[in-house]
Amino acid sequence: MNAPSKIEAGDAPGPQSGPPRERLVVVGNGMAGCRAVEEILARDPGRYDVVIFGAEPRVNYDRIMLSPVLAGDKSFEQIVINPQGWYDDNGITLVSGDRVVEIDRTTQTVIAASGRAEPYDRLLIATGSDPFIIPVPGKDLEGVVTFRDLDDVGKMLAAAERGGSAVVIGGGLLGLEAAHGLNLRGMKVTVIHLMPTLMERQLDEAAGYLLKTELERRGQTILTGANTKEILGADGKVTGVRLEDGSVIDADIVVMAVGIRPNTALAAASGLTVERGIVVDDHMVTSDPAVMAVGECVQHRGACYGLVAPLWDMCRVLADKATEAAPESAGYQGSVTSTKLKVSGIDLFSGGDFSGGEGCEDIVMRDASRGVYKRVIVKDAKIVGAVLYGDTADGSWYFDMIKRGEDVSDIREALIFGQAFAAGGALADPNAAVAALSDDAEICGCNGVSKGKVVACIEGGAHSLDAVRSGCKASASCGSCTGLVESLLALTLGGNVDSGPKTLCKCTSFTHDDVRRLIVEKELRLIPQVMQELHWSTPDGCASCRPALNYYLLCAWPGQYVDDQKSRFVNERMHANIQKDGTYSVVPRMWGGLTNPQELRAIADVVEKYNAPMVKVTGGQRLDIFGIRKEDLPAVWADLNAAGMVSGHAYGKSLRTVKTCVGSEWCRFGTQDSTGLGVKIEHMTWGSWMPHKFKIAVSGCPRNCAEATIKDFGIVCVDSGYELHVGGNGGIKVRATDLLMKVATEEEALEVCAAFIQLYREDAHYLERTAPWIERVGLQYVKDKLEAEGAIGRYAARFRHSQQFMQDDPWAKRAAGDEAKLHQHLAEVRPFPAIQMENA
Amino acid sequence: MIGNWLDIGPINQIEAGTARTLPVQGGEEIAVFHTLCGEFFALVNKCPHKQGPLSQGIVHGDVVTCPLHNWNISLRNGKALGEDEGCVPTIPLKVDAGRLYLLRSAVIGGGEAGARAA
Repeated sequence: MNAPSKIEAGDAPGPQSGPPRERLVVVGNGMAGCRAVEEILARDPGRYDVVIFGAEPRVNYDRIMLSPVLAGDKSFEQIVINPQGWYDDNGITLVSGDRVVEIDRTTQTVIAASGRAEPYDRLLIATGSDPFIIPVPGKDLEGVVTFRDLDDVGKMLAAAERGGSAVVIGGGLLGLEAAHGLNLRGMKVTVIHLMPTLMERQLDEAAGYLLKTELERRGQTILTGANTKEILGADGKVTGVRLEDGSVIDADIVVMAVGIRPNTALAAASGLTVERGIVVDDHMVTSDPAVMAVGECVQHRGACYGLVAPLWDMCRVLADKATEAAPESAGYQGSVTSTKLKVSGIDLFSGGDFSGGEGCEDIVMRDASRGVYKRVIVKDAKIVGAVLYGDTADGSWYFDMIKRGEDVSDIREALIFGQAFAAGGALADPNAAVAALSDDAEICGCNGVSKGKVVACIEGGAHSLDAVRSGCKASASCGSCTGLVESLLALTLGGNVDSGPKTLCKCTSFTHDDVRRLIVEKELRLIPQVMQELHWSTPDGCASCRPALNYYLLCAWPGQYVDDQKSRFVNERMHANIQKDGTYSVVPRMWGGLTNPQELRAIADVVEKYNAPMVKVTGGQRLDIFGIRKEDLPAVWADLNAAGMVSGHAYGKSLRTVKTCVGSEWCRFGTQDSTGLGVKIEHMTWGSWMPHKFKIAVSGCPRNCAEATIKDFGIVCVDSGYELHVGGNGGIKVRATDLLMKVATEEEALEVCAAFIQLYREDAHYLERTAPWIERVGLQYVKDKLEAEGAIGRYAARFRHSQQFMQDDPWAKRAAGDEAKLHQHLAEVRPFPAIQMENA
Repeated sequence: MIGNWLDIGPINQIEAGTARTLPVQGGEEIAVFHTLCGEFFALVNKCPHKQGPLSQGIVHGDVVTCPLHNWNISLRNGKALGEDEGCVPTIPLKVDAGRLYLLRSAVIGGGEAGARAA
C-alpha cells in the first residue's frame, strides 16, 4: 500500500451541481465514521463535501477482525473495508495520520495537529474508544502493549517472532482473543483476570468454567481472581508481572486488554456535554445541533456500547437525520447486543441480558458428554437473553427472537432444544415431540436404549424415573435424557407417574446418593464441574445444594479439594455462631470439658475487653461468649489462641464436643478413665467436617452422667470394657442410641469411633444426623458395613488420612489475617459533612 | 452528576458470590452484593422477617438466603420470594470504570423507599 498521508480529491461526482454543497467533516476514520458516511452517500450522494480525518496512517479497516490477523487466519489486505479507491470515487478527502486537536464551535472549524484547518457545516465525531490502561508501576515499559489497532498487532507479531512468554492482562473478549493468537504463534501465554469468571460481562459462572477448562487444555495458563500489582522490567523493557499475592510471572510482552473507554477528550475540550461518553439524543445529535457523534465514543440513554452491531444501528439513524431522509423516524432506541468469541474451535455465544432479574426464569440445559451448556432467560413470555457454550447453532435464532420481542409461550417447553425442535406447532409440546419419535429412536445415548425399550420397561411396571433407570438403564448414567424419559412416562402412564425418591434439591433430578456416587465415579472435583456434568437446572445452584456439594467434594477428595467459602453457611464461614442480632458467639475448645486457670483468665479477659454481654456454660461442657461483632472476631481469636485455645467448632456441621464425666480418676463408681478417653477422642476427631453436627460423650459407668446414650457416638464404660452406642440425639425428636458393639480396650474404642464417623461421613446425606440416617438405612446396614473383614481398619484409616488436612485451627489463620474481607466493612459512610457542604 | 453518586471503592473489593457491609452513620447499614453472574446490588442489611444480616447469607443467582431463618430475598428488588412476604429497601448502584457507586440520597435516606419519602 502506498497511500500518501493526505489525499486531495477532485470534484466529486453527483447528481447535484451548481449551488455550493454543505461541508461534512468527520473526525475518525474508523468503522463508525466510515459506515456513517457510506449510509449518508447511499441516501443522498450529492449532498455533502466530505472530509474525513484519521489518526492512523491508513485506510479504513475492520477493527474487529484484528484477532484473526493476529491468529494468522487473515491478512491486513483482507480486512480493509474501504480501499483508497472508495474515497477517490466518492470525492472524499481523507486526511490520515493527522490527529484533530481542536474543534472551534463558534467558527465551526476543526484544526489538526499539522495546523490544517477545515470549516464545517456539519461535524461528525467518531473518535471511538481508547484501551483502558491500568495505573500500575511499569505500565510505560517497552513491551507493554494494548490491543486496539494494527500497530498493536504488529508489536505482538514481532514479539511472537522472538518467542518466549506473553502475559495478557484481562480475560474479556479482547484479552482472550489476543491470548489465543499469541498461543497459536508459539508463545507461552498466561491470562491474568481480576474477576473469578472469564468474560464475566458476557458469561455466567457455568459457561466461564467450561471456557477456562478448554483454554487450559490448549496450553494457556488462566489465573482468575488475580490482581496485577506491578509490571516488572529491566533496562526499560518488560520482564514480568507481579501479582498482588506476590507471585511473579515472566513475560517478554504484556498485553493490556482490560477494557475500553469512550474517547471523549476532543468533544469535552470543545464544551460539548460529556458524561461517560459524548451525550447524544435519539438522532445522534450532541448538545450542539451542528455536531453529531456516533460509535463507541457516544453515550445514548445512559449506555455506552463497545460492540459493532449497535454501531450499525446508530449509523443508519444518523444518516437519516443528516439527509432528512426519514423525518418521521423515531430514531435510535438503543441496542440489544450479542457476542461471539472469535477463537477457532470454541463455540460460545451470549446475547441480550443474561443476568436474570425480576420475573425472569432460567431454562438451563447441560449435556456433559458433548460439553454443552445452554441457558435461555425468559421474562413475560419473551426471551431476554441467552448464553450458549459448545453448541451455538441456535444463537442467531434466539437473538432474533430477543430483538423482535417474540412471544414464546407456545414453544416455551421445547425452547431450549433449539429451532429444529421447537419450530412447528405440533412439536411445541415436548410430549408430542417425543410421541412422534419412532420406536427405534435412541433415547439414552450412554446405554443405547431406544424409545421402544423404554416404553416396554414402563409398561412392564416401571412407573417412576428411578424404576426406569434400574429397569432398562435409560437415564441411569449421565442423566441428560431425564426429560425425555419423563415425557415417555407421562405419555405411557397418563397422570399415574410415581414420584421418585427425593432429589438433592430443586436444581437437579439426582438424589443425594446419586450425586455422591457420581462425584467419585466421574472424579468430579469442583462445584461448577458437578453442576455441569450432572446437568444442574440452575446456573449456580441454591442455598441447599451449594453447601451439600461443598461437603461431598471435601469428603471425597481430602487434601485436594479447596473449600469454597461462598458455599458455606454463615457460621462455618465466620467460624462462630450468628445470633438473632447479627453478632456472634464464640466457643473455644476445652478438650473433654477440662479447663485450667490460664484458659479461664483468657476467657474472662476477652469478655471484659470486648464487652461481651453474656457468658454461658453450654450443654456440651464449654463456655460460650456472646455478643461479639464480626469485625472483632479475629482479635478475640488471637487473644484466645495466645492462651493455647483453638476453635471449638460449636458452629459447624462437624465434631462439636466430647462430653465426659470424671470417671475412675475421682468418682467412687467410675470403672474406666472416661475423662482421659474423652480427651483422646476429642484430639482424634476435632476439626472434621460431617454431614451434620456430631456429638460424642464418654460416661465412666452405666449411671451415664455424661448422657452418652443421646449422642451420635456414646461410650459407656463398664468393668469389662467399653460399650459403644450410636445414633442418639436430643433435639425435637429424642432418640436413644443403639448398641453397636462392645470392645475391651481404649485402642479398640478409638478405632471403632473413627470408623463409625467415616462411614457416616461417606454414607449419610448432607444435613442428616446419625439418628435419622440409622433409621433410614437400618442398624444392621451399619453393622454389616463395619463388621466386614478389615472394614474397621479401612474406614478408620480413611478418617485419619482426612484428619491430617483438617486439624489446622481456623481461628489462628483468621487471626493472622486470612480472609480479612469477611470481617472488615467495605467502607463507612459519614454522610453529615457532605450534607452540610451541599447546603452551604 | 458525580455529586449524586457515592464512590464506595473498586469492584474487586467484593468477591463474586459474597457481600460486604457499609455502615452508615445515623442510618441503616448497607450490604453490597456481587453475584456469581457478575452483577452488583445494594440493599439495606436487614431481612424483612427478623432483621437478619443479609450480607452473611449464601448468594445464589440473584437471590440471597438470610442466615437466620432461610428467607430468600431477591437482590434485584428486595422482595421476599416464595411464600414469604416482605421487602427490604434497595439502594441504586452503578458500576463505572471498575468502581462501585451508590445513589447518595438513598444511602442517607435508608434505601429507595426512604429516598422517595424524603
